[in-house]
Amino acid sequence: MEITFANSVMTASLTGEIDHHSAKEMREKIDFELIKRKPSKLILDFSGVTFMDSSGVGLVMGRYKKCSAIECRTSVTGLRERDKKIMKMSGLINVVEFI
Amino acid sequence: MNKLNYFKLVIPAKSANEGFSRAAVAAFTALADPTVEELSDVKTAVSEAVTNCIVHAYKEKEGLIYIDACFFENGCVRIKIRDRGCGITDVKKAREALFTTAGDERSGLGFTVMESFSDKLTVRSKPGAGTTVTITKYIKGKNDAH
Ligand SMILES: Nc1ncnc2c1ncn2[C@@H]1O[C@H](COP(=O)(O)OP(=O)(O)OP(=O)(O)O)[C@@H](O)[C@H]1O
Ligand SMILES: [Mg+2]
Repeated sequence: MEITFANSVMTASLTGEIDHHSAKEMREKIDFELIKRKPSKLILDFSGVTFMDSSGVGLVMGRYKKCSAIECRTSVTGLRERDKKIMKMSGLINVVEFI
Repeated sequence: MNKLNYFKLVIPAKSANEGFSRAAVAAFTALADPTVEELSDVKTAVSEAVTNCIVHAYKEKEGLIYIDACFFENGCVRIKIRDRGCGITDVKKAREALFTTAGDERSGLGFTVMESFSDKLTVRSKPGAGTTVTITKYIKGKNDAH
């Protein structure tokens, strides 16, 4: 996973398989930077993700909650069709921008 | 129905085994000549069931997960994932979308995902004794003429 900043936009480019095991480290890294840099927008880029289960939804949901608390918008990009289908089962589609 | 192939796997409930267990079941299912989509469906469903054993049944403590996979003559792959953990008091409630007993990082979609990516899902559970989740998937495969 790579985290980059452009102005006040933070982009986390997720790679590989997202499950309960791997999500822990991703979450910790993202949250550490979120607290430190307080961006106005967080982009979670899923284009390097080869597998995800509902832990991917939990990862987005948890970051959305953290972001809301610091008035940061959350946006998700690069989801494969099947992963978009899983994301849509949650209510996230109403509060998080999916591109 | 004639069993063509099967395998059994017993692994400790460690989160590092989530990737291993779904890869093992995927390698077994691949012998049934599935489509890429069918294989991904099985992988996702197994990942959900195994994760639930680790996160809920044993609550990240020690325990064993028993995986039992069969492939039948009619193209049916059946995967049983069993734990001897805490069990579920209300299975119907647990299967509802967005229902979770865990915090902010869980979406409560595991059972919903398992249902939508399989052809049949059964959940048998006894509080204090454990849970068995059975995932059934019909592999139509690459050679299916639609
Ligand atoms: N093997 C199990 N043993 C004990 N309780 C379980 C087991 N599997 C599921 N549960 C219970 O059922 C609930 C719903 O499970 P489900 O997989 O649908 O959602 P989740 O695990 O809470 O969240 P997610 O799967 O989206 O990360 C869990 O919160 C838990 O209370
Ligand atoms: Mg779950």
